[in-house]
Amino acid sequence: MPKKNYYFDYAATTPIDPRVIKAMFPYFSDKFGNPSSIHSVGTESLVVLKKCRKILAEALGAADENEVIFTSSATESNNLVLKGIALANKKKGNEIIISPIEHACVFKSAEWLEGQGFKIKFAKVDKYGLVDIEDLEQKINSKTILVSIIHANNEIGTIQDLEKIGKLCRKKGVYFHTDAAQSFGKVAIDVNKMKIDLLTVSSHKMYGPKGVACLYIKKGVKIEPILHGGGQEFDLRSSTINVAGIVGFAKAVEICVKEMKKESAKTIKFRNYIINFVKKNIKGAHLNGHPQKRLPNNINFSFEGIEGESLLMELDRRGIAISTSSACSSAKLEPSRILLAIGLDPFLTQSAIRISLGRMTNKKEINYLLKVLPESIRKLRKMSPFFK
Amino acid sequence: MEYSEKVLGHFKRPSNYGRMKNPDAVGKVGNIVCGDVMWLYIKVGKSASGRKKGEDFIKDIKFETFGCVAAIASSSVITDLAKGKTLREALKISKEDVLKSLKGLPPIKVHCSLLSVDALFDAIYNYLKANKKLIPQNLEKNHSRTQKEKDLIKEKYKKWVKLEETIYKKGKI
Repeated sequence: MPKKNYYFDYAATTPIDPRVIKAMFPYFSDKFGNPSSIHSVGTESLVVLKKCRKILAEALGAADENEVIFTSSATESNNLVLKGIALANKKKGNEIIISPIEHACVFKSAEWLEGQGFKIKFAKVDKYGLVDIEDLEQKINSKTILVSIIHANNEIGTIQDLEKIGKLCRKKGVYFHTDAAQSFGKVAIDVNKMKIDLLTVSSHKMYGPKGVACLYIKKGVKIEPILHGGGQEFDLRSSTINVAGIVGFAKAVEICVKEMKKESAKTIKFRNYIINFVKKNIKGAHLNGHPQKRLPNNINFSFEGIEGESLLMELDRRGIAISTSSACSSAKLEPSRILLAIGLDPFLTQSAIRISLGRMTNKKEINYLLKVLPESIRKLRKMSPFFK
Repeated sequence: MEYSEKVLGHFKRPSNYGRMKNPDAVGKVGNIVCGDVMWLYIKVGKSASGRKKGEDFIKDIKFETFGCVAAIASSSVITDLAKGKTLREALKISKEDVLKSLKGLPPIKVHCSLLSVDALFDAIYNYLKANKKLIPQNLEKNHSRTQKEKDLIKEKYKKWVKLEETIYKKGKI
């Protein structure tokens, strides 16, 4: 095993910021109360829960803190949106529009709903993964109950124009949800300005703990719960409240909001440096996703003649952690649905890797990556029949 | 991915990789499911002494593979297994032999070991055919299966295969 790990997979998950761990600590033992309990031990937790809700609401630009509910994951939030909106608005219609580049939890929820008799439509995306707003407008009709578009795609990092989509949906009287798991804390979001009705945020993508996420639900939105029980979270998500997790999540949000401007500027500089280096120094490299409208920390390249998993493992051998969506690396040996949706050549879908940067990324790590990456590519191309 | 030490060892330092100049035959195969492509070059000689005197044997062998760690490790192992063997002996190599040499592959990667055997058999088939020698029946059967898969892969990667063939001709290898 390599001695040092050079981590370039922050889009998969992030380490918890030490400040977050410190904030969480008392809530595992001293302040363990259940916010649903009436006694003072419980009340103490209830007070902190409200405080955290407020932090989230303010960070999102929500009008009222009670528009935020806590869940266990972005997957749960997105399942709740699709299934909950579908079930609560059956009388209005049965059509849901998503993009073909949604995260699997939205995509699979939509597929499941299709099996239950709902109609799923896909908004067109261009070669960068940007949603075609005119096409979306044409697809919305009187039966449409929800439009769900991912804010920034997890593989290629393309950022959608939420304000345009939000305005369109508001004009048409259709609920608009966005999955901001990858983008929140990295790019500015304002649910009010962007006319967003529902929005998903995940804690572990932004230096908070795993097992906690939230869902913003605009006041008045009709939605059914999928978890029934004790009636927590305004009866929308029964389960004992994960106070320690939520405290950590809220702290992580506070830090992100405070440091976003500085951190994003630094990350964008690093990102562009890597992209330009690769383009200049490695032949047969194709950047996937939008050249400008992309997450500050996302880099996705296809290298001709090399399969993604072998490049990942060659880098891993030398202490570098990245990610790939090649067929060989997937559980079903299927190529990336996202890369196929943006029309990438099948050969290049096999060759795509994702490098994602984060708070702890520094110049030294980048220099090591940019030394090892070309060497690894050269080595694998020597073995490949397709690149000489 | 949980690979055995043996697999990772072959991946780190593969045996016999790269393009061969003036091969006697090339086996080109592809997997339609995952998209891996494997090319195997052989040079054939005649045994000079011993009880195999006069028999065709694999004098030299090289691979080029576009694929995952398992595909590259399987390619490396098949070259080790086949080198020095007579064609008759080489045709007895099985996917199980490759798996055994690799100390196993993750279940989803087992097909990579078959691909390497197919590549070897295809190279031998092409050699026998080009030299108008007798082709065993099961080798003929194997060839028609791998040929079908190869055509599908060729279609999928046509742009790249074409590009590669141009380079191939230019280099006169």
